[in-house]
Formats: sequence, C-alpha cells, structure tokens
Amino acid sequence: MDVITAPPSPPRRRRRFRLRRWLRKTAFACSVAVIVSPAILVFLWMLSLSLKNEIDNIAYPPVFIPSPPTFANFVAVFEQNSIGRYFWNSIVVSGGATLIALLVGVPAGYGIARTGAHRLTVLILIARMTPALSYLIPLFAVFQFLHLNNTLTALVVTHLVITVPIIVYIMAGHFETQPRELEEAAQIDGASAWTAFRYVAFPLARPGIVVGFILAFIFSWNNFIFGAVLAGRETRTLPVAVYNVLTFEQLAWGPLAAAAIIVTLPVLLLTIVIQKEILTGMTAGGVKGG
Amino acid sequence: MSVASMPLGVVARRQRSYYRFILPALVVVGAVIIFPWLFTLWMSAFDWKIGSDAHFVGLDNYTGLVHNQRFLEAVVRTFYFTALAVIAPLILGTIAALVFHRQFPFRGILRGIFIMPMMATPVAVALVWTMMFHPQQGVLNYLLSLVGLPPSLWVYSPQWVIPSLVMVEIWHWTPLVMLIVLGGLAALPTEPYESAKLDGASEWQLFRFITLPLVAPFLLVAAVIRTIDALKAFDTIYVITSGGPGTASETINLYLYLQAFAFYNIGNASAVVVIFFVIVMALALLLLYVRKRTQWT
Repeated sequence: MDVITAPPSPPRRRRRFRLRRWLRKTAFACSVAVIVSPAILVFLWMLSLSLKNEIDNIAYPPVFIPSPPTFANFVAVFEQNSIGRYFWNSIVVSGGATLIALLVGVPAGYGIARTGAHRLTVLILIARMTPALSYLIPLFAVFQFLHLNNTLTALVVTHLVITVPIIVYIMAGHFETQPRELEEAAQIDGASAWTAFRYVAFPLARPGIVVGFILAFIFSWNNFIFGAVLAGRETRTLPVAVYNVLTFEQLAWGPLAAAAIIVTLPVLLLTIVIQKEILTGMTAGGVKGG
Repeated sequence: MSVASMPLGVVARRQRSYYRFILPALVVVGAVIIFPWLFTLWMSAFDWKIGSDAHFVGLDNYTGLVHNQRFLEAVVRTFYFTALAVIAPLILGTIAALVFHRQFPFRGILRGIFIMPMMATPVAVALVWTMMFHPQQGVLNYLLSLVGLPPSLWVYSPQWVIPSLVMVEIWHWTPLVMLIVLGGLAALPTEPYESAKLDGASEWQLFRFITLPLVAPFLLVAAVIRTIDALKAFDTIYVITSGGPGTASETINLYLYLQAFAFYNIGNASAVVVIFFVIVMALALLLLYVRKRTQWT
C-alpha cells in the first residue's frame, strides 16, 4: 500500500525506523536465548531431577519445578553408597597425577621454552590424537604383571597420560612469553641455570602454573575410561562409581541426578575460576575423552 | 646482555643445562606414552589373550580385521558419526560465535553458561541425557509432544541412535568451536567492512565474502580438533548405549573396548588400535594439508 500513497511523513518514518530497530533487538535477544537455552535447560533438568521425589521424577507429563524440593536424594547418595570414599579416591588420583605432572612438567616447559626444542610439542600433539584406550591396553598388561591392578597407584600413573602433556604444553607457552632478562641477570651474577629457574623464573610463572594445575585437574577428574578398566570396587574414581554403583544397583533417577551433580559441580566451579584461559587448554589438549 | 652477545661456549653450556630440565618429563612420557605405543605395535603381531601364552602371527591380526564384518561396520559407523559430529557443531558454533561477538547485556555471564557443557564431566552429563532419552518418561518426548510431533525412540531405535548420540555430542562440543571461532572474529580487521558497507554490501554479503574467508583458518583448526575428538568419542556412547541396540552404535572405540577388556583379546585389540591411529592421523593430516593449500591461494 505504501507504494501508492505519498512518501510517509517524517514522524511516521521515524516511528517505523524505531519499530524496525526494536524488532531487530528482539530477534537478536531471541537468538541469544535459543543459543544458550540447551546448556541451561539440561543443567536445570539435572537439578530438578535431583531435588524431586521418585514419584514426581517418573511422572508424565514431567514435573518441572520440585514442590517442595527435597534433599533426600543427596542424603541417600551419601548414606547408601560410599560416595564420600569415591570422592576421596578422585581427589587422590587427580590431585596426585596433577602434582607429579607439575613436578616434572614445569621444569620441562621451561627447558622447552628456553632451548626452543619445539619438536617435543609435536609429541604432545600426537599423544592427543592417540585414543586413550590404546594407552590402557599396555599399561593394563604391565599392571597385571606387577600386581598393581585395582590400586590407586596404577590409576595415578595412568592419569599421568592426561596431566603431563597438558602441563608441559601450557608451561612451555607461558615461559615463552615470560621475559628472560631477569634470569639472564641472575646468571651473569653467577647463578646456575637451576637457581635462576628456581628463584627467578618459577615464582614469576605462578599464574601459568595455576591455570595448568586447574586444567590438568579437570581433565583428570572428568576421565572415565581409565578408572572403568583399572579400578577395583574400593578404588573407583567418582565418575566410575556413579556409572557402576548407581546404574546397576539402583535405577532411581533422583539419586542418579544427585550423584551426577556431585561429580560435575567441582569442575564447573573450577571452570568459572579460569574461564578466560580455557581455550588454550582445550585446543592444546591433553589426552581427554576416549 | 642478550643470548646473541654471549660467548658461544656459554650459550652451548646453557643449552645443555636446559636439557636437564626436560629429562624427568621425558622419562615419564617415555614410560606412560611412548612405551605403550611401541608395546601396542609389537603386540599387534601376536595372538595373545591375557592369561595364556602369546604366539607370533605376523600380520594375521590385520588381515583378520580386513575380513571382519563387525569391525568394518564399526569403521563405517564411526565415519558416519564423525561426519555429523563435526559438521553440525561447526555450523552451530560459528553462528553462536557471530552472536557472542556482538556487545549485549550479560554477555560475559551468558558466555560462561554457554561453555559449561564443554567442561562438565561427560559421564554425569551422559547419565542425564539417558534419562532425557527415555521413551516413556523422558522429557524429550514430552517436548516433542508439545510441538505436536510424534514420540521418538531416540537411542532405543537402531536407526536413530547415532543421530541421537550426535545430539549429545553437539550439545557437548559446540562451545569449543564457538570459542575458537570467537578468537578468530576478535582478530578481524575493520577496514574491509567499512569499505564494503560504503559500497552497499548486505549483512549476508559481508559475512559470506569477508568474515567467512578470514575466519576459515580458525574453522579448519576447529575441524581438526573436532574430527580427532569425534573419532575418539567414547564416554557418552558407552554410558548411554554401550554400543547398542544390538551393534547399532558400536564405533571403532567401542569395538576396541570389547575386544580388549571384555574378551581380553590383546593381540587383536592392538591391531585395531594401530588401524584406528592411522585413521585419526590420516584425517588430521588431510585437514592440515587443506589448511596449507588454502593459505597459498
């Protein structure tokens, strides 16, 4: 119709411009909502399942908002399954593997950065491409031979496959950007390479070490397959315990969701701490997943 | 005083002393990473079940696999899964990156929420998806019914199990693609946009002819990482379907797991690992080669 009528008067045109801008903004807000909603909804559904009783959990149509919310599922998970022990196992395995990796990985990252031995990082990339199961078969055979299967020691050693590459990679990158003038000054004053590292470079690298520590810990914590194969009943890590104990010994959804939250909450909290540095870690990649 | 102005002997001595820093890590990597590689390669030439004696069989494990129907089907299935689980996150991740590249209120918090799936423990998330996929009480079929669609069997149907698993994979890994592409967008120059806008280019043209070519290298990096991870996908498939129904979602990794840790067929499993590694390596190199080619032209 507009084509036939005279061109709109200035106020009308302004109103139409405003309307179009408003439409654009709404459309953009909608697209943000669509993009973020899958992430929010799955986590909210997890929370909802964990806070409802069993009758509400299997009701159809589903009950979305727990009324009243109950913590019975969390209590049940802690009382009926020794989830506390598995939580502790996970802390020992991931903490131990990450600390050993820091011990050897921080100096290694420093050495790689200062000698420019970048060929070593190619090794790390290839390690990332190798399926995790392929490390597991030989290590399983060796642990069998040493009678170490079903021990936490075996799990800590295997988790080094995950933690060492990621820490070496992150530390090499970090030391590369760290100015070397201070270390050189110390060496000219007679400090050995080790002293220069220990008292000059190392203290300066603390932020990088924190990021490396958290990322290695998260990847190790999330790992399922190593524990699934190597752990015994008493030495299961948390993800393995949640899969084995809960799915086979009880099929209730509430406790299952509660356990899932207990496994993943520490990771999500750590994620918030290092939000900005996550990308480096994810692309550099430790050996994660399968 | 920089390295360049030092006497050569000092530099050489220092280089040598730095190798001592790397040595402990090399020992650990040798023990837990390189030793398993060599052991696997060696074992793939043996017929060995744990608990019995190993005999040398040369390439028999490999020729056996070439004629093994179940393994070949697993390979095809893995490629099908990988193709879907690479392409869909690449497209969705790029769209998400374009959105998050703009300024809007609560951008930081929303981006933080968006990347949460990527860090969440795969097993925990897979258990929640298992409950959501449930044909009778699952929330997904309820959501379908809300928009008037018939219920689906999801992971209980041989035909839909792979697409359903890909859905979980998309949910899990689109954030990673988004972060990589977002990094690419942040590095874009502004001049081409200004001149193109002066010439009257549309939003789509700006995207198609300026943004897309400039972020293409980042998309390729994302494609390489995604391909490697999708080929290796294990946790979610194992937890949700364990390769079922039947063998409808048995990928190479699931087949490998069964061979190694259900049948303890170490020789055969090692041969699968070697073939699997060659496939991962070949696809990664192919994509890196494409990247080089596109940089030249």
